[in-house]
Amino acid sequence: MSGGRDQILGSIRAGLGRGRLDAATEATLTESLKAHRRNLVPARAAALDHAGQIALFIAMAEEVDATIARVADTDAVPAAVADYLTGQNLPARLVMTPDPQLDPIPWNNRPMLEIRRGRAEDGDAVGVTACFAAIAETGTLMLLSGPDSPTRNNFLPDTHVVVLRASQVVAAYEEGWDRLRAKGAMPRTVNFITGPSRTGDIEQRLVLGAHGPRRLHIVLIDDAGA
Amino acid sequence: MQPTSHDFKANAHRALGDKNLQRAMGMMRTGFPEKRAMAIARMPEFDALRDDGIAIKQQVLKHLDFYLETFEKNVIATGGQVHWCRNAQEARETVLALCRALDAKTVTKGKSMVSEEIALNDFLEANGVVPVETDLGEYIVQIRHETPSHIIAPAVHLVKEQVAESFRATHTQFPHDRNLDEPRTLCDEARTVLREKFLAADVGITGANFLIAETGSSIIVTNEGNGDLTQILPRAHIVLASIEKVVPTLEDAATLLRLLARSATGQEFSTYTTISTGPRRETDTDGPGQYHVVLIDNGRTALLGGEFEDMLRCIRCAACLNHCPVYGAVGGHAYGWVYSGPMGAVLTPTLIGIEEAGHLPNASTFCGRCESVCPMRIPLPRMMRAWRAREFAKKLGPKTARWGLAIWAYAAKRPALYRTMSAMASRVLGLLGRARGRFRSLPLASGWTDMRDMPAPEGKSFMTLWAEQQKKAAR
Repeated sequence: MSGGRDQILGSIRAGLGRGRLDAATEATLTESLKAHRRNLVPARAAALDHAGQIALFIAMAEEVDATIARVADTDAVPAAVADYLTGQNLPARLVMTPDPQLDPIPWNNRPMLEIRRGRAEDGDAVGVTACFAAIAETGTLMLLSGPDSPTRNNFLPDTHVVVLRASQVVAAYEEGWDRLRAKGAMPRTVNFITGPSRTGDIEQRLVLGAHGPRRLHIVLIDDAGA
Repeated sequence: MQPTSHDFKANAHRALGDKNLQRAMGMMRTGFPEKRAMAIARMPEFDALRDDGIAIKQQVLKHLDFYLETFEKNVIATGGQVHWCRNAQEARETVLALCRALDAKTVTKGKSMVSEEIALNDFLEANGVVPVETDLGEYIVQIRHETPSHIIAPAVHLVKEQVAESFRATHTQFPHDRNLDEPRTLCDEARTVLREKFLAADVGITGANFLIAETGSSIIVTNEGNGDLTQILPRAHIVLASIEKVVPTLEDAATLLRLLARSATGQEFSTYTTISTGPRRETDTDGPGQYHVVLIDNGRTALLGGEFEDMLRCIRCAACLNHCPVYGAVGGHAYGWVYSGPMGAVLTPTLIGIEEAGHLPNASTFCGRCESVCPMRIPLPRMMRAWRAREFAKKLGPKTARWGLAIWAYAAKRPALYRTMSAMASRVLGLLGRARGRFRSLPLASGWTDMRDMPAPEGKSFMTLWAEQQKKAAR
């Protein structure tokens, strides 16, 4: 519908009382897009040191009904996951993304955990994924889609367990963008996840687990350098 | 949808007598404003963020052609397509053509107000494609054959008993006497029913809270995760977006997102904020095979450069609805079309005409709460006043009101006459009302006296007192 395109652009220019922008103005605007200038970033997280940001991340995530287990190292992750599932009375059967970030974890330490690596399907009760970053400002996880991290694993299972390293915690969304750009091209999907799924659509009463996970559990590894 | 905005008075009257609606609105009036106030109290930079947000939107509107073309270029570069639609009909036909090309039988939908604006569901259904709304509130109003009464809380006009009744009537696969007493059980049932729809859908349609020019991405914000299941599982993802949704960069989107959730639901951040760019990549194991953005003008370009241009800054947070005493009293359906509350009172006449929607900008006391809570500081009362002036100029209001205004204006422009007349009137009223001090009824003022007594004037007029004070001060 190229007629529509030209007509809409024409109406915009008529409304603004000008013709097409000149090449110099367009070049300036293009340059300013590339500058990725930050607007005001609230001091809440930005003013803290990294330990403070981690503490803020935990407090904000717990406020929106996520649960967090903090472990000393990678070796402690399988026990933390198994204990969480037992505590919630959930089956020890889980689907885990083929994400290489999860490879160094010695899952064999807990042979009772029945793990399938791959894409989540309907009926998978528990999903384990890694993540890309975490935003202290609002207790938000940042996950990217990719060959080893299908997006549906973040939404189909009733329980979503996320393995997060402390070094992945940043202050604000803007730092998430910087890390994303440093990694390369935009993935198909970037998910910012702040707590488990919820709705207030019936009488404004909060109900967790509307369509996405009913539970969001974060296993936070205090890795070196954090 | 067929507008009933011209019937606002009758609609509002009915709404005030509707017990279920009044119970539901009672919960709304306290819930949203309290949560917003708490969220803003925790963000000391909120007003500075508003200033940044306004600057972003103004920069976009000034160069809207550039940002849309840049957006389009980047959508194409990441494997998606952009469809430019001048009006509702073009948008509907574009979506249907995309569905037909995929031989789609069912589409799941995330909540989208522009979809309501272009009346997409009825059109798809009439053409053999079944649309399934998946936001819980939107699903409830769909099965009740209603329209959303609030731009972010579609079923805010209902109480849980009404939802239970609709679920019993629609979900006949479950035992009729099952317990549906609480939001929890209602939500679980909807989850079960809709999970099957998500898995079976051929196409997923969402709106967009923002479009990002630098990356060619669309952003949606939900709490339920329905918008995500809608776009990840089917073969194609269609995004419906009006042209003013574009922002330059991810940084700009972050600023607006900080304003959006706090203004809307009083959350620090919505549960799911999702940035979608193009179709699934070649090595991805899930995601839609096609990504289409349907860019819709439908009257937006006509606002550029005019007195309603500021309305294009609106980010659809609904803070103005949540804080409006008129909306809080009558609910959204009384407004008779897609958008309600103060933002609807300004936007609706631009989209369906002042002839149809003339009552809406009049349904305001100009208390100014809407402008004070608007994250984009849109001068809603000023624009409602502008609509009233246009309505008067077009001779659209009731004759008695126009004559009354004309007489009043004649006198008001002649201070000596005005003072004489008002002094006479107040003396006569004062004498008549001397015994009781108030009137139970007055000719030409039944609009006031039907609901309350009119106090009788007593003592001197303000102008007389003022003159006396001035004289005293001069001595």
